[in-house]
Amino acid sequence: MSTISAPARTEPAHAKKAPPKRGTDTPFKRRLPLLPALLFVVAVTQLPFVLTVFYSFQSWNLVRPGSRHFVGLQNYIDVFADSTFLGALLNTVVLTVVCVFFSLLLGLGLAILLDRKFLGRGVVRTLLITPFLILPAAGALLWKTTMFDPTYGLLHFVFGTDVDWLSEFPLAAVIAQVVWQWTPFMMLLILAGLQSQPKDVLEAASVDGAGRWRTFTAITLPHLSRFLQLATLLGAIYIVNSFDAIFLMTQGGPGTASTNLPFYIYQRAFQGFDIGQSSAMGVIVVILTMIVATFALRLMFRTFSVQGGAK
Amino acid sequence: MKGRFGAGALTVATWVIAILFVFPLLWMILTAFKQEADAYTDPPRLFFTPTLDQFAGVLERGFLPYLSNSAFVTVVSTIFVLLLGIPAAYALSLAPVKGTSNALGFFLSTKMLPIVAAIIPLYVISQNTQLLDNVWALIILYTSMNLPLAIWMMRSFFLEVPHEMIEAGRIDGATLPVLLRKIIMPVVAPGVAATALICVIFSWTEFFYSVNLTAARAGTVPVFLVGFITSEGLYWAQLSAAALLASLPVMIVGWIAQNHLVRGLSMGAVK
Repeated sequence: MSTISAPARTEPAHAKKAPPKRGTDTPFKRRLPLLPALLFVVAVTQLPFVLTVFYSFQSWNLVRPGSRHFVGLQNYIDVFADSTFLGALLNTVVLTVVCVFFSLLLGLGLAILLDRKFLGRGVVRTLLITPFLILPAAGALLWKTTMFDPTYGLLHFVFGTDVDWLSEFPLAAVIAQVVWQWTPFMMLLILAGLQSQPKDVLEAASVDGAGRWRTFTAITLPHLSRFLQLATLLGAIYIVNSFDAIFLMTQGGPGTASTNLPFYIYQRAFQGFDIGQSSAMGVIVVILTMIVATFALRLMFRTFSVQGGAK
Repeated sequence: MKGRFGAGALTVATWVIAILFVFPLLWMILTAFKQEADAYTDPPRLFFTPTLDQFAGVLERGFLPYLSNSAFVTVVSTIFVLLLGIPAAYALSLAPVKGTSNALGFFLSTKMLPIVAAIIPLYVISQNTQLLDNVWALIILYTSMNLPLAIWMMRSFFLEVPHEMIEAGRIDGATLPVLLRKIIMPVVAPGVAATALICVIFSWTEFFYSVNLTAARAGTVPVFLVGFITSEGLYWAQLSAAALLASLPVMIVGWIAQNHLVRGLSMGAVK
């Protein structure tokens, strides 16, 4: 509680939309409760990134002592000439887009099934959210062994084939696991959206003789849109950074068939000890992400119509 | 208008789909109680004599230090998130400061920075500050990882405090600490709890920082699980037991607090 009352003493609360009567408050005092969080996040998330930019202009390999020197843009030139990097970039895009799409679709289906009263609904919901609650590392290892094993795996048992999923379809196997992991998250969000539908509107629609499909497309989907957007945004943020599944299931292989950017940068840094190159890749990833994120943030602000900010 | 039969069929279908969907998990739980010889057979074995040997084996492998590291890192970083996040969420909602939407945008944008882009400096910094393989490095990082999302969530809960109640309290001469305790906290408490829960889940399950910045001394449960990949599927039953034990705390918390989870995840977008 002390943290709440500490800023409180310095700052009589202002009404949400009251005209700014600052009184004795200085702008600094008003911002005081925000500052610790802001400074902390800047220090921990932004400063390392500044260092990454700095390292990216250097040739620096940890296994060659004394190799560290300034090379300008050479790392960037090398990275763009590196076909593995481009492949990893493509894999990252495919992994993110496909995983978000399918987990959203499955999540929507499951949420619709759960959005009615039936026997054992609470149990079914509990079952369905559990893949989101187990450790992703545990989920990845579980799928690698009990599902995808060519001899003893359940897929072998069900389909009767000796396919070694992880080496023949590595990216698809990783996608299956990630979709399984993230579907419950999407389902929970969409279910929340479904259950917050105003009942009178739905009743009015049925009185007007609208069929199920028409009601769904004309009323439910528009109502769900902000939930779907939020689910897409949060899912994409986490899935773009996917590392557990690839590290534990395929190690990016065979070859580089399932290498995504987080895994490739990790490899260059922690197995190749190439600090300069992996930093340059990190910077490129950040720039690409920022371009995408700018659009996503705009969407987010429209969705939640951020209000209350004194301009 | 398909009547009772249609509804019943849909219920059965829902159950079947749900069980198929979580089947890998159910299979893992089953495998955890098998002997290794029963774990990999072709065809898979559904009936066997259950045993607790695998759980004992996991403990023998030195699971407990990892578990306590996870618990410590999760609890402390969640407390830090709340200590830093509640005042910030307050400043961005009930007493909005200049540039609120910029601040919110900044916080969210940090979530979009790929963490791989920071891992190299973080590794170098941890090495130079003796924080490599130290739980405090993880605590600091997990706090920064969860804080932005937590501020967004808690802000949306703070915005639900009825403005009239605050005004009425103020007219009655209540000071801010009293307002906070009597009016604001009771309204936002469930939201703060939901936020804390999300932080707990994300901290407990975090893998990337933990694998790269810790080892034997400060490793968390995901790091413990990595120890199984070297043995390439040789110890399926023990791996299943370990995966179950490692996930159980968060599973139980999540099951109990399902409704809070929904509200937290939707950032209070659900009324």
